[in-house]
Parts: sequence; C-alpha cells; structure tokens
Amino acid sequence: MGWRHLVALIAVAFSLFPILFVVSAALNPLGTLSSTSIIPTNFSFANFANLFNNTRFLNWFVNSIIIALVSAAAAMFTSALAAYAFSRYRFKGRRGGLMFLLLVQMFPQFLAMVTIYIMFTRISDLWPQIGFNTWWGLTLLYMGGALGVNTWLMKGFFDTIPKDLDESAKVDGATHTQIFFGIILPLVTPILAVVGLLSFIGTINEFLMANIFLTQAETKTLAVGLYGLIYGERNNNFGMFAAGTLITAIPTVALFFALQRYIVGGLTAGAVKG
Amino acid sequence: MQSTTTKPTREAPPAAKGSWGFSGSTPLALVGKIVGLGMVAAIAVWLAIPLIDQGQWLMLALLLATTAVIFLIYLQPRRIPPKYLVPGTIFLIIFQVLPVLFTVSTAFTNFGDGHRGSKQDAITAIEGASVQQVPGGPQYVLTIAAKGADTTGDLAFLLYDPNTKQVQLGTDKGLEPAVGAQVGATGKVTAMPGYTLLNAGAASARSAEISAFSVPTANGAIRSSGLSRAYEGKKTRAYDAGCDCITDAATGGKWTADNSQGTFVAANGDRLSQGWQVNVGFGNFARVFGDQTLRTYFLGILVWNFAFAFLVVFGTFALGLAMAMALNHPRIKGLKLYRVLIVLPYAMPAFAMLLVWRDMFNQDFGLINTLTGLDVNWMGDPWAAKLAVIIIQFWLGYPYMFLVCTGALQSIPTDLVEAASVDGAGKSYAFRTVTLPLLFVATAPLLISSFAFNFNNFNAIAMTTEGGPFPPDSPTAGATDLLISYSYRLAFGESGAQYGLAAAVSILIFMIVAGISIVSFRRTAVLEEIN
Repeated sequence: MGWRHLVALIAVAFSLFPILFVVSAALNPLGTLSSTSIIPTNFSFANFANLFNNTRFLNWFVNSIIIALVSAAAAMFTSALAAYAFSRYRFKGRRGGLMFLLLVQMFPQFLAMVTIYIMFTRISDLWPQIGFNTWWGLTLLYMGGALGVNTWLMKGFFDTIPKDLDESAKVDGATHTQIFFGIILPLVTPILAVVGLLSFIGTINEFLMANIFLTQAETKTLAVGLYGLIYGERNNNFGMFAAGTLITAIPTVALFFALQRYIVGGLTAGAVKG
Repeated sequence: MQSTTTKPTREAPPAAKGSWGFSGSTPLALVGKIVGLGMVAAIAVWLAIPLIDQGQWLMLALLLATTAVIFLIYLQPRRIPPKYLVPGTIFLIIFQVLPVLFTVSTAFTNFGDGHRGSKQDAITAIEGASVQQVPGGPQYVLTIAAKGADTTGDLAFLLYDPNTKQVQLGTDKGLEPAVGAQVGATGKVTAMPGYTLLNAGAASARSAEISAFSVPTANGAIRSSGLSRAYEGKKTRAYDAGCDCITDAATGGKWTADNSQGTFVAANGDRLSQGWQVNVGFGNFARVFGDQTLRTYFLGILVWNFAFAFLVVFGTFALGLAMAMALNHPRIKGLKLYRVLIVLPYAMPAFAMLLVWRDMFNQDFGLINTLTGLDVNWMGDPWAAKLAVIIIQFWLGYPYMFLVCTGALQSIPTDLVEAASVDGAGKSYAFRTVTLPLLFVATAPLLISSFAFNFNNFNAIAMTTEGGPFPPDSPTAGATDLLISYSYRLAFGESGAQYGLAAAVSILIFMIVAGISIVSFRRTAVLEEIN
C-alpha cells in the first residue's frame, strides 16, 4: 500500500510544480519573470488588479466563455444527431462517411487559414454581423470542426445502448424523434458531458484561427489576449499573464468538477465494447 | 456488437408512410418542425438580401439550392438519416471541406508572394512600380481610405488637386470623381461616403501596402510620397504584347515572359520579383523530393516527427497507465484528491502553460535549471530542445491518458484477471496476457487519434521552441521542427510566402497521417465493427 502513495505523491508533484510556479508568479508583487521563484516570497494581488484595470481582460474572458459555451453546445447537439444516424440506421455512404469524418480532421487546418481568411473577407463585406471580430463568425468557424472525433466518441457510446429499447418503443408507435430525444439522449449523458468538456477546452485553447480572426482589443479571446500580453514584453508582463492563466483555468476546472462522475466512464465506454 | 441481433432499420416507421411530412407527427414534433424550418427560411432571407444588393447571383443560387435541399430533407417522411446528418454536415462542408479543397488545389500552383494575381495584374503592378516622378508633373494632397474596415479593406487614394480644387477617387482601376467627399482647409478629405479614412496609426500599419499602391492613369500612374502627398509620374517599364515581354525605357532592359513559371526573365536569368499565378502541375511535389536542400530537411524532419509522435503517445500512455494502476485500488486513502491533483494539468489552459514551460526552460533564470542545479542550454542545444518539448508534452498529455486508462481498467472484468492468476500464472503474467491486451483494444482508437493529433501538434512547437534551435546553414528548418511547423514557415515565413509549396507539403503530411491511421484502424478491427 505504501508504494502506491509514494507513486501518487511523485505524480502529484510532477503535475503541480508548473502550476505552483504560475501561482507564485501571479502573486509576485514585482510581476516579472526573472524575479519569480517556485515558492512565493511576497504576496500581493497587484497583478490581478493590473490585469483588470489596464487590459481588456474582462472582455476577453466574457468573449471566450460565450464562444466556448456556444461552440460546445453546438458540438454536443450536432454530433449527437449525427451519431444517432450512424449508430441506428444503415444507409449508403455510412461507412465512407464515418471514415471521411475521421480523415478530414487530419488535414493540417492552419493551411486552410489563407482560404478561410479570403472567405471571411467576403463574408465580412456581405454580412458584417458574422464577419471578422464577431462572436458569431468565430463560433460558426468552430462549428465546422464539431463533427469529426466527437461523432466517433458518441457513436461508440450509442452502440452500447441496446437496440431493443428503440425497437420496443417503435412497436409502441414512437417516432424517431421521440426515440432520439426521449429514450437515447437521457441514456448518453456521460458521453454528452465528455464531448461538451472536450469542445469547451479545445475552444478556450484555440489560438491560430482566433488570432487572425479577432484583431480588435475588445473582441479578443483569452488565448489571443494573453498571448499578446507577453508577446514582446515577456519578462515584465509575466505576473499579469500568470494571473490571467489562473483565472482562465477556473471555468474549465469548475466544469471538470461538475462533470467528473461522467468523464471516466464516458471517455472509455464507447471504445471498450469492441 | 454483442447484444443486438435486430435487423438494421432502413424504412421509416409506418405511421408516417405515404404522408408528406406533417401528418403522423405528434403536435409537439409538428410545432418543432415548423419553428425549425421557419428559422431556416428566416436565416436564408437574411443571407439573401446582401447577395441581391450586390448582385452575387451565383452565391444566391447556391443559397437557394441549399435551403431547398434542407426543406426537402425535412419534409419527406422516408429517409431519416439525412435529417440527423444535415445540421453538422452543412458547417463541415462550408468551413472545413471547402477550405481544404481550395488549399489542395493551390498545391498545384505557384501561389505565394509575387505570384498572387493574373498576368495582367502582374503587368499593371510592374508598370505601376516603375513610375517615376517627372519635374513639374501634377501633385495632389493625399488622403488614404479603405473600402470597409480600415485594417483589411481595399485601399483607395482620395486626391485633392490644389489647382482645380477638385477631389478625385483613385483605386487600382483608375480615377473617378469622388462623389460626396468633404474637404478640410488643408485639402485633406474629412469624410467620404462608403469609405473609411485611415488615421495616421492605421496608415502607418499598412505603409508597405500604401507605398506599393498605384492608381493607373493614361500615361503613367499616381503614387504616394509619404502619407499625405501623391504625384502623377511616368512609367519607365512597359509591356509589349508583340514580344510578350517587359521593356525598361530608362535602362534598355528586357524581360521575357516565362508562361510556365509565371515570371518575367531577362536573358541573363534575372527575374522580376512580381510574377503571376500559374499551374505548375506536380512541380511543388517534385521540388520537395528533387531539390537537394529541401529533400534533406524534409527527411530529417520526417524522422523526428515520427519519433516525437510515438514518444509522446507511448510515453504519456505508459505514465498514465502506471498511475492508473497504482491508484486502481479501492482502499487507498485520499484517492479522490490524488485523482483531482494529477488531472489538474489537463484543466489548465494549454496555450498558456506551453508559454510558461518555455520560460521554465530558460537557461539563465528558468525554474528547471534553478531547481536541478543544471546549466543546460535547453533552447539552444538540439538534443536538449528535443527532450524539452517531449517533457512538456508528457506533462500536458499524461493526465488524459490517466483518465482513459482508469476508465479502461475499471471496465475490465476482475474475474478474468483473477482467473489468470489462479491458473498458476504470476501477477505480471496475468497483466501481460489479460490486462494489457484488453487495455489496448479498449484504448486503441484514442491512441490512434492521439498519434494523429501529436503528429500535427503545431502548438507544442510554435509556442515553445518555435522550431529552433536552427543550425547556421539552414535558417528554415530547426532541430525541433515538425512537418507542420516547417510548412507553416514555408507558407507564412519571413523569406516570403510560398503557399503552393506549403500546400504540397501539407498534402504529404496528410497522406502520411491518414495512411497510418487507416492501417492502424484496420488492424484494431475497428473498421470491421462499424459495419
């Protein structure tokens, strides 16, 4: 039993020391990289105050949360719909469609950046409400990647729900919509939680697209804004950057805790059944 | 598929048979359908208005066709799968498939800096750039404007002629009267309908573009001189259709068009930097494999790329599995707390933690050297840098594998493992013959997608080493460069954008990753299962 604790403690130390460093940097009153050690020597919330008073951090935070929540909800919904079709129906192009979903994600997306930029230049011209520097534009772009891996995860989980359930409901006269919303969806909560969490984390972390998409200070997301803080001013703004990093982690950690009981089961249940 | 022997459904339930959509539905479903299709119609109308305004008939036709298809799919009762596939697929096609297809098509062209537009655009630009001021030529007070946003809109010059007191609008097409322009006391334009005036900051941000901009006129062009003056000059270079060449009246130089490469070349091999976009067939692919320096880089990076992806996937998997097994015991005190603390790196924002790790590996004041008492030049030594990026990925990736392995371990029936142990086999034998194979089957799809992700893990490199350290003789291919960060540099690097070549490299990347994934999926029998 003792060795288990020892291994766990080593792992915890490995996991925590970079985070401890960030905490220390965030509390460091000097706010510079070179004066930060792993154990905080002085405590001050000056970095947090600076972050809120001297940057558009609050804007970035709100932007990120809204974009991430909407994208995650859209990813959950569209991929659950697609997974239902792939899991419960047999149709022409099903196998090819599943393979295509997996492969299209493997194309290096950033190169399509040039095309996406040209595309959104036209969109901004025609429909400025969904063009550059808007929540909608970026969210729509993220929704393009919503199916892919999510559909696979979901389909694996859907397959574990016995088809007898649908069949007997069908005999009772239930329509396919009633089966999907009334029977399947409540049973697949774990995988919905996993897909939601993965999309949320992915969106909060997305930098490349957001960086070319959002150029105005008030429309930036956390990734773009925080990167801008230490771009060029790497040493001096490090304390503010660390403070921002900690605040950015709060929604993810909260979501993680809220969904914790679904996650372990949801991640593997779909894959395990093979 | 263990439990289900039911025949797959192909037909819609009989309740909806023979109806045209609405009958046979419950009132709630009917309302939902009407509201949903109503919203589709509303969005389509909203999208259509600017298209009609600007006369974009092709896009309007596409919009109408898409809307019609959506209505058809949801109003017909028989085919059910499309009803569930349409919502995600529409976004997938518009924002992923179309951009990727366009990118693929550029791999067969020389698209990039100096090769963007048509041959006519190139000629206009070359002639425009050769404009030189002649003494006594017309001078203007210049106001710089943009159509649309000041950072991205097409440039335009608003030109106030002090002699005639008239303002003209100069675009890359030519001059036209500036209708509705308001002029201040100095001759600067203060407002112009349909245009955004650039202030000094916005103008200096686009100064390179502005100084290259010219407004063609009958016998020359108008160019800027600084941000508030413009002059009309005469062009010294001109295109001669007879010899398909550019001649320079001042120096007597002559550059003949090479229509297969999209450039103008002089007899001595000197090329004009401004060319045009042409199809080069498989030329870019031939360059990757044929060009001596490029081939060396490509192979070196490819080997490292494979090593990186394998090491990261199996390293994180081994670490995660070891931790999951150590903690896979119901009576450990503080189990929940351990799990939460170990998983915490996964919940931290990865982009920020990559930047933090980069600074922790700093040679002079980084935490790693301070804590260990080492003096390693992490970002300067090729092997140390490779080790550093792998350690960083271990930290970021192993909590995920820990979660996955925990779940998989819990789903393995304990009686199986116990049976193997009872049969006289040792614990390690039971582990190797029962637990590990089952674990691999359970986690194979996740391992494959993790491999695909890490093979193209752009952020892991771009946010830490930026590909470096770079050997002195190859400033474009660094020791930690993955193919993706290398092609990013090709596409957007300082040595000039080469989208065509970068697209070719990314097609090669795609073929490698997709090939490996398909083969691995076949081997793990996942493909059999989706039948």
